[in-house]
Amino acid sequence: MAGATRTPTNLTQGGKTDAGIGASTLRPDGTLKVTGEFAYSSDMWHEDMLWGFTLRSTVAHAEIVSIDTSEALAQSGVYAVLTYDDLPTDVKNYGLEIQDTPVLAHGKVRHHGEPVALVAADHPETARRAAAKIKIEYKELPVITDEASALAEDAILVHEGRDDHHSGHVPHPNIVHRQPIIRGNADEAAKKADVIVSGEYVFGMQDQAFLGPESGLAVPGEDGGVDLYVATQWLHSDLKQIAPVLGLPEEKVRMTLSGVGGAFGGREDISMQIHASLLALRTGKPVKIVYNRFESFFGHVHRHPAKLWYEHGATKDGKLTHLKCRIVLDGGAYASASPAVVGNASSLSVGPYVVDDVEIEAIALYSNNPPCGAMRGFGAVQACFAYEAQMDKLAKKLGMDPVEFRQLNAMEQGTIMPTGQPVDSPAPVAELLRRIKAMPLPPEQQWLAAGEGADVRALPGGLSNTTHGEGVVRGIGYAVGIKNVGFSEGFDDYSTARVRMEVVGGEAVATVHTAMAEVGQGGVTVHAQIARTELGVEQVTIHPADTQVGSAGSTSASRQTYMTGGAVKNTCENVREKVLDIGRRKFGTYHPAWATAELLLEGGKVVTDAGEVLADLADVLEGEAVDLELEFRHRPTEAFDLKTGQGFGHVQYSFAAHRAVVEVDTELGLVKVIELAVAQDVGKALNPLSVVGQIQGGTTQGLGVAVMEEIIVDPKTAKVRNPSFTDYLIPTILDTPTIPVDVLELADEHAPYGLRGIGEAPTLSSTPAVLAAIRNATGLELNKTPVRPEHLTGT
Amino acid sequence: MDFLRPASWEEALAAKAELPTAVPIAGGTDVMVEINFDHRRPEYLLDLNRIADLSEWEVGEKTVRLGASVPYTRIMENLRAELPGLALASHTVASPQIRNRGGVGGNLGCASPAGDAHPALLASGCEVEVESAARGVRMIPIDEFYLGVKRNALEPDELIRSVHLPKADGPQQFSKVGTRNAMVIAVCAFGIALHPETRTVRTGIGSAAPTPVRAKEAEVFLAAALEEGGFWDSGAPIPPSVAKQFAQLASGACNPIDDVRGSAKYRRHAVGIMARRTLGWTWESYRGNERSAQCA
Repeated sequence: MAGATRTPTNLTQGGKTDAGIGASTLRPDGTLKVTGEFAYSSDMWHEDMLWGFTLRSTVAHAEIVSIDTSEALAQSGVYAVLTYDDLPTDVKNYGLEIQDTPVLAHGKVRHHGEPVALVAADHPETARRAAAKIKIEYKELPVITDEASALAEDAILVHEGRDDHHSGHVPHPNIVHRQPIIRGNADEAAKKADVIVSGEYVFGMQDQAFLGPESGLAVPGEDGGVDLYVATQWLHSDLKQIAPVLGLPEEKVRMTLSGVGGAFGGREDISMQIHASLLALRTGKPVKIVYNRFESFFGHVHRHPAKLWYEHGATKDGKLTHLKCRIVLDGGAYASASPAVVGNASSLSVGPYVVDDVEIEAIALYSNNPPCGAMRGFGAVQACFAYEAQMDKLAKKLGMDPVEFRQLNAMEQGTIMPTGQPVDSPAPVAELLRRIKAMPLPPEQQWLAAGEGADVRALPGGLSNTTHGEGVVRGIGYAVGIKNVGFSEGFDDYSTARVRMEVVGGEAVATVHTAMAEVGQGGVTVHAQIARTELGVEQVTIHPADTQVGSAGSTSASRQTYMTGGAVKNTCENVREKVLDIGRRKFGTYHPAWATAELLLEGGKVVTDAGEVLADLADVLEGEAVDLELEFRHRPTEAFDLKTGQGFGHVQYSFAAHRAVVEVDTELGLVKVIELAVAQDVGKALNPLSVVGQIQGGTTQGLGVAVMEEIIVDPKTAKVRNPSFTDYLIPTILDTPTIPVDVLELADEHAPYGLRGIGEAPTLSSTPAVLAAIRNATGLELNKTPVRPEHLTGT
Repeated sequence: MDFLRPASWEEALAAKAELPTAVPIAGGTDVMVEINFDHRRPEYLLDLNRIADLSEWEVGEKTVRLGASVPYTRIMENLRAELPGLALASHTVASPQIRNRGGVGGNLGCASPAGDAHPALLASGCEVEVESAARGVRMIPIDEFYLGVKRNALEPDELIRSVHLPKADGPQQFSKVGTRNAMVIAVCAFGIALHPETRTVRTGIGSAAPTPVRAKEAEVFLAAALEEGGFWDSGAPIPPSVAKQFAQLASGACNPIDDVRGSAKYRRHAVGIMARRTLGWTWESYRGNERSAQCA
């Protein structure tokens, strides 16, 4: 790990600094957000600006026979109408990993809601009406909606003439990527099994459902470039995709992060960035684009729906013998993050268990369904749903307690992953399970506690008043999961931080400048805490995130506190050394400790490790500022072998375990989750309040896909049937249970401060825990999520 | 889109007569959703918010005259005793913010089978007061109000002024299935009102047929069973066989579809369960009242 050379590790720099790491300092944006004063990307305004509108395909798969924009162009108030033919350079596609996504459809649309044309007008309604006047003639094609139709002999290729880096090894061009993992001999090992259970599991398409829709503002620059203000998860990744299709060098596309209203993976891909820039460059005027909720459902990728087939064996004393599994993820029309999701799904398909003999295959399909990509949990979520169902089935068949069975097979530090990679930091899986099981259970029949009559809010159906206790059965379920942290498979994953230390108004202060996208995770809070701890200052300014500083990598993969937090720490350590050098130069002759003692920066002063004050930082920095921009990398990883899946692929793992307590109205098939208890190892809680918030949020998102959230795609037309918050339901506060959180802090010696990325792990085990609890209440098998009333009532 | 803002009821009626395609808007909790989703783009919106009378109610001796724009929140807070079924239904409408804006006039005007107020209105046996500039006031019995999917008995020049609901003469209940514990559109709903004065039972079913409907066979069956068994007088518990038959008949009154919110089969099933449970709750309440009346 990169770091300062002079600070001995037995000293805790900043231990005496208030509001440093480990403190629950409050978010700088918290009050503004709660009171509605925070400026989101949709709130921006520029004099003379135009409004952009995106015309999207009304069919899922079709040839475009003709496009007639003449009527739209003739409408007054319209400044530009753009189609594929208007794109300025030879580069017309973009994409996160594979550049397969057209900026505007070219001759063909591959999914419902694909962008076909753009309009800029002086009013959003004018733009919308003009777009409605664009005449597009489609010749519809058969739709590919599942594995059978994708791999059928006469299947149309979703993408003809693939030449991407996966095209050479996939068994069929309608498969984006395939990752097998073979270790040991599953067939041989199966012979040792006393019981074998198998099952097919179906995971529905979940939406990130962030509340701030895609939006932003593109302002044309005098140099022919563009200034872009957008809500995204990774400015520099956007930049790499935007500049080429605009025909501009990267330095002429200047990006600044604007207020992000949630992300959860849904902002990893480009949405309106290129479109607004094209319109701005064409019209010479600032252009704003804001999606409404309906369009937002088409404006970003979703979580891959998946079919998972699993077979496990175990000996009669409860030891797992082998695993065979096959995971089919539907990637939809464009690749997005599908290859990486495949890598995660396969490499984490065993879960946090010891299984030496495995035969694993994961694929992602190209289809005409909505494109799917990153979402919190990223491939590990779907696998966890399946393997945890299998664990319960095995325990039941063996007559064992489901928690004890899991503990018996739990991985620990030193366990070898199916990829051959050793787990080389704490993996307290059995301990997390022990902790959630030991938590007190919520009282029975809480709805009676109200006194007179039933408090329907505590019952399934809630305020809808469907039961006063009739048909209600309690169930309890457990689950545990494993998620990787950071970008895996040999990706050069780095973050950059610039830190400036200077005297302002007689006080030493620090400025932290990174390109990290604050999407709600609290990175800006943590960066200030790190700077206070490392530099001993009180005042820390967080510079707005933009592309004037090096890449911070993505706000995803639970990586930002580790990576950009690590980068801030690293730069601060180097700044500190420079500051001490200045101090030695200026004041070294006044006190021998400058040369001999280990020095710390604390409370605005330079102190010795014995606590003696040597100088005020304000005096050291008087007339001299220290300003450094440095990159920080986690330890390198390797790609997985394409045939065996072996390789040192992951940086770090993150573990959480859940216990769900549910009340099920077994007659109506309605579910109330009463409590979701969590235990998670976070390595080191830099901000305990934020840690608990993240864990509770992830838990709730997992609950959503357990009992209500699903984008429903018509299998005949591949069209989305519920693109609204009227019919795509996410949990309300009445659906959100009590979430007691038990936080473990077992340091990972490879990571800054020993911390673990925490954002995703709680999303994994929440869903299968709820499913297990519903199975426990009803005795039903329930192999699909979300669970619908129909599944519980056989209707 | 022109936005008309009449200052009085008479002006509103005149505007509606002149521009029959004008869409009335009060709370906007339905109309604005339709506009935002681009489901319709009316040429004219007729804003009724300046007409104070529409947001008022009067409790008479036998009936409550409920202004078309009285927000659901007011109904929950102020009319729980007089209109218990509608108050319970109001509780299930969307979120607090929307309950502060929406009223029964919107549910009736839109006439969506999923409107939360309909089952309670049907069960109460109310009348809808509508008016036109040309022909004056007309009272439409709720049983004749719903004509088809999102079609009601209003003439193009008529506006809904109020609903005249009989004050509850017995227990009423309302139950709604949604796949979330709050803020959800009904998968299906059921309302029931016992009318001890006339020894009848009325019901209403939401979201399980092209229009809100009554489970008439179930009502007739139950009234007869209660009468024959002398249950109104004895206050004895209803035998499970009667409740079961009532539930089956209620289920049979449904004519639902499969859609993203639920299957037809589930809707039939759930209406039966809700019918049985709400009958149980209302009857327990009736028995309780009977017993306390006897004790007194």
